[in-house]
Amino acid sequence: MAIKKFMYLNRRSSFGTVYAIESLEVVLVAAAFDQDVSLAFIDDGVYQIIEGQNTNGIGMKNFSKTFHALGDYEINKLYVSAESLEERGLSADDLMPLVYEDEDDNWVEKSSVKVVSNAEISKIMSKQDVCFSF
Amino acid sequence: MLHTVNKSSFERNSLKSCINIIDDTSVILLIEDGVISATKNINSSMIANLANQGRVYALQGDVEARGISSKLVDNIKLVDYTGFVDLVVEHGTSVSWV
Repeated sequence: MAIKKFMYLNRRSSFGTVYAIESLEVVLVAAAFDQDVSLAFIDDGVYQIIEGQNTNGIGMKNFSKTFHALGDYEINKLYVSAESLEERGLSADDLMPLVYEDEDDNWVEKSSVKVVSNAEISKIMSKQDVCFSF
Repeated sequence: MLHTVNKSSFERNSLKSCINIIDDTSVILLIEDGVISATKNINSSMIANLANQGRVYALQGDVEARGISSKLVDNIKLVDYTGFVDLVVEHGTSVSWV
């Protein structure tokens, strides 16, 4: 099967709607088919990968932990909007340390998360075969 | 009166609508994605004054779920579900700004 470039655009936070967890499900499906997958986090989507989420008080699944598994599925291109972080009083230091092991570089552990400008995300988006918006 | 807001101020204008309407004795309880508005961000001037008057509450479980406990605007009061019930009892009519 030909490999296509898929981008998943995450614009909403984790627990108020079902969009975030559904996006993650579909990302894992694409990974199972060995596609070239990128994730973008813009607007309230940046809250999906904030470090230190604890859902004990609301009785919902803390699926933020699943993001740590993405590296093992060779999903290691997570782009976070710098502007969206800034508007929300957040910085790269507030994000989960998501990593992957680079098979082309002696399995060195590297960060999967890149904070980039909206212009940069736009450029990456234009190179995709398919974009899904959640 | 008690006003509950459950949407992020980046996503909907329900918090703004609520603040434009409420009287001086009303309090606001931020729940679900509404707690995003309890953090220090470019929209926080909307609630800073009300918070200083002790009139802004946020549901603790929703704050912790989103990992934003250390990012809150000053003087926001955290409540649990029991505190939510107390607010309903104390403030009479409730409005849910869904």
